[in-house]
Amino acid sequence: MNRRGFLHSFWSYLLSFVGARWVMRAERATASVAPEENGKLFGMGIQVDKCIGCGLCMQACKSENDVPAEPFYFRTWVEQYVVKKDGEVAVNSIGTYRIGSPEDVSEKDVLRSYFVPKLCNQCENPPCVQVCPVRATFKTSEGVILVDDTRCIGCRYCIQACPYGARYLHPVKHTADKCTFCYHRTSRGLLPACVEVCPTQARVFGDVHRMASPLNRLKRMSKVHVLKDHLNTEPKVFYTNLDGGVR
Amino acid sequence: MNPEALHRLSEVADAATGYLYPNELDVQWSILIVLYPYLTGLVAGAFILASLVKVFNVKEVAPTYRLALLTALAFLLIAPLPLQMHLGHPERAFWIFLAPNPTSAMAMFGFVYAWYLMAVLLLEVWFVYRRDLVLYARQTRWPLSWVYAVLSLFSRDISPKALEFDRKAIKVITIIGIPSAFLLHGYVGFIFGSIKANPWWSSVLMPIVFLFSAIVSGIALVILIYMISTPLRGQQIDMKCLDTMCSYLFYAVIVDFSLECLDFIHRLYESEESINILSRLVLDKLVISLVVMQLLLGMAVPFLLFVIIKLFNLAEELRKLLYFVAAILIQVGIFSTRWNVVIGGQLFSKSFRGLTEYKIELLGIEGLLTAIALLILPFIVLTVLIRLLPPWDSPTERPTATGVAT
Repeated sequence: MNRRGFLHSFWSYLLSFVGARWVMRAERATASVAPEENGKLFGMGIQVDKCIGCGLCMQACKSENDVPAEPFYFRTWVEQYVVKKDGEVAVNSIGTYRIGSPEDVSEKDVLRSYFVPKLCNQCENPPCVQVCPVRATFKTSEGVILVDDTRCIGCRYCIQACPYGARYLHPVKHTADKCTFCYHRTSRGLLPACVEVCPTQARVFGDVHRMASPLNRLKRMSKVHVLKDHLNTEPKVFYTNLDGGVR
Repeated sequence: MNPEALHRLSEVADAATGYLYPNELDVQWSILIVLYPYLTGLVAGAFILASLVKVFNVKEVAPTYRLALLTALAFLLIAPLPLQMHLGHPERAFWIFLAPNPTSAMAMFGFVYAWYLMAVLLLEVWFVYRRDLVLYARQTRWPLSWVYAVLSLFSRDISPKALEFDRKAIKVITIIGIPSAFLLHGYVGFIFGSIKANPWWSSVLMPIVFLFSAIVSGIALVILIYMISTPLRGQQIDMKCLDTMCSYLFYAVIVDFSLECLDFIHRLYESEESINILSRLVLDKLVISLVVMQLLLGMAVPFLLFVIIKLFNLAEELRKLLYFVAAILIQVGIFSTRWNVVIGGQLFSKSFRGLTEYKIELLGIEGLLTAIALLILPFIVLTVLIRLLPPWDSPTERPTATGVAT
């Protein structure tokens, strides 16, 4: 190949590469136009005082979303807090492989006890999206953080970056996995599985923008708080009557 | 699901103490990710030692200049391997280059690495060896002559003017190379230091601590390779060179130690919310690897050895022995540093209420044997490089029967 030929093919390669990138970007931009028009922003409210720790939400989530059945992988889980009279707090996750020891606390030592359901907080400033090297994890126009499991390389940087322990490496797919607010349901107007099955309606789901949504009704009626507020992740899961000891 | 993995997780759960989020039991970044900052640190350190000769004109360490460059190259070639092997989907790694996320520190790895390999190390090695390659291509037989011709990129000009250009190019590349080496390792520190969710990692000092520990480990590695390879070639160790290298190592150890002390004191004095769990982490899980191996064996003992050497006029043989011991201990210390950062940072729950355990596998892709193999591999690459591009001898131009120098 002579010099002219080499330069010619070099420029063709470069142009086609830049062109392909431009098309990909344009495709992405148009893909996100449609849902943006309906202007929804999904959020969840959790009423700590209403949770009875039955664990139905965990079971529903596992079967709805194909979460591995083994007790080490959860998209949502329920923590049990037992505050003892001496101020010490014993914590456990119900239905998980037994870690922590609230069961060992004698009844007469208990000051109070409560349950806290946990899940991905669908942060407005999500650290997981920030650190993903290949943009496999992304935020939809409804504010839901999703993982593209055909793109994820399994580096697990997002798992390290999540302050809430909401992500795990799927043992079969070898990609990051997490709560999607049941996106396959909620994007069609249905409720997430955990909200649907909660017998005490401890969980409510809705559009943060719509004043008449159950979520906003909850936010109007109660004082709400989010987890690890100081990290500036701006969670969209709001807790009522949240104890200061919950992290 | 794999029953072995399940069994391992159950064992970890039994060994865990306090409360962990249920997804946190498994340590995600294994020993392979410990190797990655360790290997890149050696690269950055070895390169900075080499640049002392060209940029700062430290003539004493000139005998190790080419050796340091080849060491950096050998370790840089292997450094991405543990990362690649650790991925859940290694076959998709190319997406990092094709569609990188500009806000991800990890996505920048590909570019920093490619820049350092292509624009700094390979280019500098090529200019340093160009004259030798041209002469080897002329003086060796086929197929080796052909290999050298390809390596020299078919250049033939070794006139004084061309060699002068080489010298200038090397200087320019080295000057660009120093900030690049800082970037290479400082950014590895940033990968950890920028994770606000993890108080053990999240520190603005992290890139700087990584950088100085890299310089320490890289210089110590070149010292070790120099001290082993020189007697093997039947040559005498140049004591002036060794003394100077060890002096630089000593200064780097002092800076590194001061930075780590600063980090420690700062954390302790601020006593943020995480201080209780971090204290338990150090006292329950990292006593051996942090207190004994990193601080005592890897830092305090070498420091004392250097002080003894500086204070007393020791015999040459004893000095060599102490330098050798110090350099080995420093390697152990810096490896432990990487371990304590990477593994230590994953042993406590982000609920700050419990500790998990890392059970290292023996076999398997993320096992101990793989890690040992990956640590040996750069030395094999280095041996090949040294065979191909001897750092010690340069070929001389030989006049031929026709009177043309070859």
